[in-house]
Order: sequence, then C-alpha cells, then structure tokens
Amino acid sequence: MIAYLIRRILYAIPILIGVNLLTFALFFVVNTPDDMARMQLGIKRVTPEAIDKWKQQRGYDKPLFLNTAADSAGTFTDTIFWNKSASMFVFDFGYSDDGRSISHEITQRMGPSLAIALPTFLIGLVVYVSFALLMTLFRATALDMAGVALCVFLMSISGLFYIIGGQFLVSKLWHLVPISGYIGGMDSFKFVVLPIIIGVVGGIGSSSRWYRTIFLDEISKDYVRTARAKGLSELRVLFTHVLKNAMIPILTGVVVVIPLLFMGSLLTESFFGIPGLGSYTIDAINAQDFSVVRSMVFLGSVLYIAGLILTDISYTVVDPRVKLS
Amino acid sequence: MSFIPVVLWSDALVFLLVGVIVMAALYIRKREHLMLPWKRVARSNVALVSMLVLSVFLVIGLLDTLHYRAALPQSSNGEKVYSPEVLSAFDTLVGPLRTRTEKTYSAPFALHLYAKESMTDAQGNVVREYPRLQYGGVHLAHESQRNMDVLKRVANGGVVGFLFGCLLAWLLGRRVPRLPVQIALVVFATLAGAGIDLANAYHVLGTDKVGQDVLYLSLKSIRTGLIIGTLTTLVTLPLALFLGVAAGYFRGWVDDVIQYIYTVLSSIPSVLLIAAAVLMMQVTIDTHPEWFDTSAARADMRLVALCLILGLTSWTGLCRLLRGETLKLREMEYIQAAQAFGVSSMRILSRHIMPNVMHIILIALVMDFSALVLAEAVLSYVGVGVDPSMISFGTMINGARLEMGREPMVWWSLASAFVFMLILVLAANLLADAVRDAFDPRLNRTEGKA
Repeated sequence: MIAYLIRRILYAIPILIGVNLLTFALFFVVNTPDDMARMQLGIKRVTPEAIDKWKQQRGYDKPLFLNTAADSAGTFTDTIFWNKSASMFVFDFGYSDDGRSISHEITQRMGPSLAIALPTFLIGLVVYVSFALLMTLFRATALDMAGVALCVFLMSISGLFYIIGGQFLVSKLWHLVPISGYIGGMDSFKFVVLPIIIGVVGGIGSSSRWYRTIFLDEISKDYVRTARAKGLSELRVLFTHVLKNAMIPILTGVVVVIPLLFMGSLLTESFFGIPGLGSYTIDAINAQDFSVVRSMVFLGSVLYIAGLILTDISYTVVDPRVKLS
Repeated sequence: MSFIPVVLWSDALVFLLVGVIVMAALYIRKREHLMLPWKRVARSNVALVSMLVLSVFLVIGLLDTLHYRAALPQSSNGEKVYSPEVLSAFDTLVGPLRTRTEKTYSAPFALHLYAKESMTDAQGNVVREYPRLQYGGVHLAHESQRNMDVLKRVANGGVVGFLFGCLLAWLLGRRVPRLPVQIALVVFATLAGAGIDLANAYHVLGTDKVGQDVLYLSLKSIRTGLIIGTLTTLVTLPLALFLGVAAGYFRGWVDDVIQYIYTVLSSIPSVLLIAAAVLMMQVTIDTHPEWFDTSAARADMRLVALCLILGLTSWTGLCRLLRGETLKLREMEYIQAAQAFGVSSMRILSRHIMPNVMHIILIALVMDFSALVLAEAVLSYVGVGVDPSMISFGTMINGARLEMGREPMVWWSLASAFVFMLILVLAANLLADAVRDAFDPRLNRTEGKA
C-alpha cells in the first residue's frame, strides 16, 4: 500500500512537469513578455523604456531558459523559467500584479471557497443518489419516465439561469437572504445558504441521470436476481446490494473532485461575491493578471492528481477485493 | 455588382463541415447496414421532432453564414467602394428587424420607451414623459388599439402559418405518416406565422440597451452557438481519432507518449486551461490589429480560435474512450486473422478498426454539442468567450444581467436568451439520447425477430 502510494506520487511528478512546461509555453513563449507589456500598458503609445520598466518590476527581463551571461549555476537559475515556473513546485507562486503574495491570498481564500463547495458537494451527493435510487425503484414506470424527462429538461438549462433566477426569486422577490456578500464565521450562514441550494439544484439533472444509469447497470446482474430469489424485498435489494456494488463507479466520478473543492466555483463565487479562489481567478482573468492565472492552473492540476490518488485509496476502503500493489 | 461576397474563416469551415456531412450522408444512404441505426433513430418521435427543431435552427444559422459587404452608393472617381459592415443573407431576409432600432430599452410589445425623457408638449412646456417608440406599433392611430391589433395579427399570421404548416405536414405525411411529427410541424408553422406578422409591427421580445430588437439578437445568436458546438468537433475528431486508435493499436512507446500527453492536458481543470489559452489568444490578436480588415473579421477570428482552443482542450475524453475500445478490438479474432494474413497495419486500422469505433465517435460528438453551447454562455460571462461585439447567447446574458436590479425590471433580453438556448440544447439533448440508444451495441435489441 505505502509502496504503491509512493509510486503513484512519483508518477505524478512527470505529469506536473508537463503541466508546468505547458503553462510556461502558453504564458511566455506564445506571447513574449514584450507583447504582454505592450498589452498591459496600452497598444498604441508605449515607449520601450516603459516596457523595460514593466518587465523589470515583474522580473520578466531575464532570458527564458538559459542565462549565458550569468555564472555556472545562474545559467539555469537566473531565468524566467526557474524563477516563475519551476518555483511553483515548492508552492512559491510569487506576487500578483497588485503586489500581493499569491500564496497568502490562496490560504486566505480557501476557507470561503470550502464553505460553499463542501456543503454543496455533500448535500448534492445525498440528493442525487436518493433521487436516482427512487427512479431505479420505480424503473420502467411512468414515474421513472417523468423523472428522466425532468432530468433532461433540468440539464438543458444554462447554469447561469439557476444563479440569476435563484437570486431574483429568493433574494429580490421574497427577501429571504441577501443577494450577495460574505462575512466569515457562523454568521455567514445567510450568505452561503442560497449558493449552496442553487449549486445542488443546478446539478440534479446530469448527476441523477448518471447515477441512475449506474444503478440500472447493476440491477440487471445475476446477484440481484439471486437476492430477489432469496425473497428479499426490493428496497433491501436496492439499498444493501445494489448501492454497495455501485460504489466503485460512483467513487470513480466523485472522489476525484474532492480536492478540487478548494478551488471553489468560478460562477457561483463571482455572482454571490464570495471572496474565494473562484472569484479570485475570475478577477485575475478580467484584470489579465497572468501570474495569478498561471498559479491557479498549476494548483488545479496538483489537486486533480491528488484526487486521482485518493480515488485509488477509496477503492480499497469500499471493496476488500481491491489490493493496491 | 452591388455587393461583394465575404468568406470569413468560420464560414469556410462551416462550408467544409457541411460538405463532409453531405458526403457522409450520400455514402451511408447506399449502404443498408449503415442506414439501419439511423432508421432506428427515425423510429423515435421525440428524435424526429428534435430534428425538426434543430433543422430550423440550422437553416437560420446557415443563412447567417452567407456573408457579404454591400456596395456604397457614392463614388466620385467611378471606383466601387464597399461598406465596412459585413452583413449576411439572414440580415437581408429579416431586414427591418435589424435596422429598426430604438433609443434604448423597451418592453415586449411596448409602444413607449423604458426611460422617461424631457419633451416639449403642445403648449411649449417641458415635461418628463415616456417617449413613443420610433418603430414599435407606429401604424396604430390610437394607443388603445394595440391589444386588438396584436390579436388580429396573431390570428392573421397564425391562420396563414397554420395552412402552410398543414400543407407541409400533408406533403411529409405522404412519405412518413407520423402524426406527432406532423402536429409539431403545424404548431411550429402557426407560431412562426404569427411571430412574423407580429415582428413586422412590434418589438416582439422588446429591445436592448442600445435599442436593438431582442428577437433579432436571439436569432443571430443561434449561429454562434451552432458554430461553437460543431466547429469544435473539427479539431477534436481528428486528434482523438488518430491518437486514440494509434495508442490502442500500437501500444508500447506510442501508447506511453499519447497517454502522457492526454494525462497532462486532462489534469488541468478545463475552465482554467481554456481561460489561460484564450487570454493568450487575446494578447496575440490585440497586438496584431493589422491582420484584420474589418471588425467582423477580427471577431470571427476570435470565434474560430475559441473553437480551436475548446477542441484542443476537450479531445482527451474521447481519445481515452477510443484507446480503450481499440485495445479491446485488436484482440478480436478477425483482427488477428488479418494480421496473420500479413495485412498492413494501415489497412487493418482503416478497414477493421475505424469502422468499428465510429459509433463511439458519433455518440460522443452529439453528446458534446449541447455541453459546448452551454459552455459558450459561461465562458463569455467569465470573459474568455467570444468577442464582446459578436452577438451570442453569452454576450446577451452578460449585457442583461446587471439590469435585473432596475425598477421596473428589464427581464426580456435575459429571458429570451435563456429560452432560445433551452430550446436548442433540449432538442440537441433529446436527439443525442435517441442517437445513443440507436447506436450503442451494448443495448439488447430484438428487431429482426419481430
């Protein structure tokens, strides 16, 4: 088990190097730092001195990969790649355009992001699985058909509609909760409850349908027939047999997103004014703050890979037949 | 010539795509075994009605793809000068809808502007009043006639549309006698007839901030949505097909390299990867204004680049599926037999593997379409979508969402964008389900026995 985990983590390193090189190429080679400076300072009237100053402030005035002017070790370390890209491996993300430490911002903003994303994830999981089980219980009846039709309808609606419609209905018409904002601590309940509900409702369509397919796959297997032949009630079959056996496909899709919950949701956070990582990313995109976007890309892939490893571990928890070696 | 045809990049790619689809259709038509699953699709009424809806959208989108620039009337030295504004056949068709712009917001069927203005009345006093619209319902002698006039137009247009729909349904019924589809056709034609008659005199869905007709904007958005949903596949398909099949068939280091590439790409959360790539694309386009002669060309290049980026970031899922399927196929006896006979790898791939993974590709592509249409709106909101000057569902929603706070509320742009998007995506989803059911070989079927 330990040996397996170590091997998985070692496997992750080349992937992360690939991600790092890709983002580096995207942000520094496709457009040179000169282009970016011109973009930030205005295309038309910009002097070469202003560009040089802009680059120097951000440390973009060095060579990309090889600094032939520097001494032995500096050949590699005194470059943009080493300072801006490779340094992300030790989670040193540098500074954003307004001069704040990105690492500090990330630790500050993870909390609010989690306050929305974690409840949404947990409540959503319970709701979706129960709804799917209900449809499976009444499979091939009018109730099941209506459920599937509802799912298809719900998943055809734009995610933006759920947010805008929910804000309008709950906050503007009924005045139940504030439209947006966040204060932190227990008092923020009234701020987070609406985003959580909207997040859960928005996912019902696609998720419930997906779980239903998984359950239907299981229910046509032989062990279910055996269980029924033993005289077990249909409910018993569903909850103790089908649900347990459907755990592996469910975990495959679910566990991988757990670490990504830290990143928050771009749309929800920006609409509800939650100071999390999602709104941080959107603000950075709108302000064209490339160093923040670069850090988020790298952080996102680290968390995704962590999710993959967690998925493997979760298999051993639910299924004693799975041995990691 | 009073106009000059303009072929934007996206137009050329759409023509290419249409050509490919027509060729494929002609190829399939002659082959019974390839027609079989399509006949299964056609057996579902839901699928046929969805196809009807989608084809209406498709016609609008295609008309909107035939671009031209009109000649300007003046010319002092006899030289022809063309307008910098790029129009499409669709614009010409709906002419008045595009040109009749009001000053600012007005509600659906309104006769007055949304905002008050200072005006001088008959006595010469300055009063704050809601000014009459310039175009909406100007033919009315008195404002109280509006409701009667609307009803009259609904009836007139509806009857014409109904008769036309009945004719079409009758023609269709002679070849495919299917009552639900015929009813849908009649309903559709009736609605369209009433809508056309109303749109001639009113702003049926209101006007937006700069007074443009929202119905016109919604119809124009269709092309953007369709392009994002379809052109992306032009990038996804070759990448996923060649890399996936190669990885599965050749295994060894080829497999390792391809797996490494798609693991790296898929380990970056897709919104972030798209955002990063689009930001960089924007920098490139903004620092090279000299590449584009019209603003439409620049907006169009952004659209094509967005499709390219979406394609480059989304091929990994399909690639993984194809790799898995090929791994399974290459162990089949008929492939081993072909190898034993010394058939070359290329020939095995093209004759035995490719045709047997086609159903996966088709299912994945129709399933992706609706997701891409929805993604466009989200990306435009995030600020990494289409050019702000390009009419799309995303830009419509983006422009309208801040107006929800106004009193009285400006809801019509938002509602129209969401409803049009819902119809498009719902039809695509329903068709995708029917296609999946018809093509998926895992499903048990009893046909042939009956």
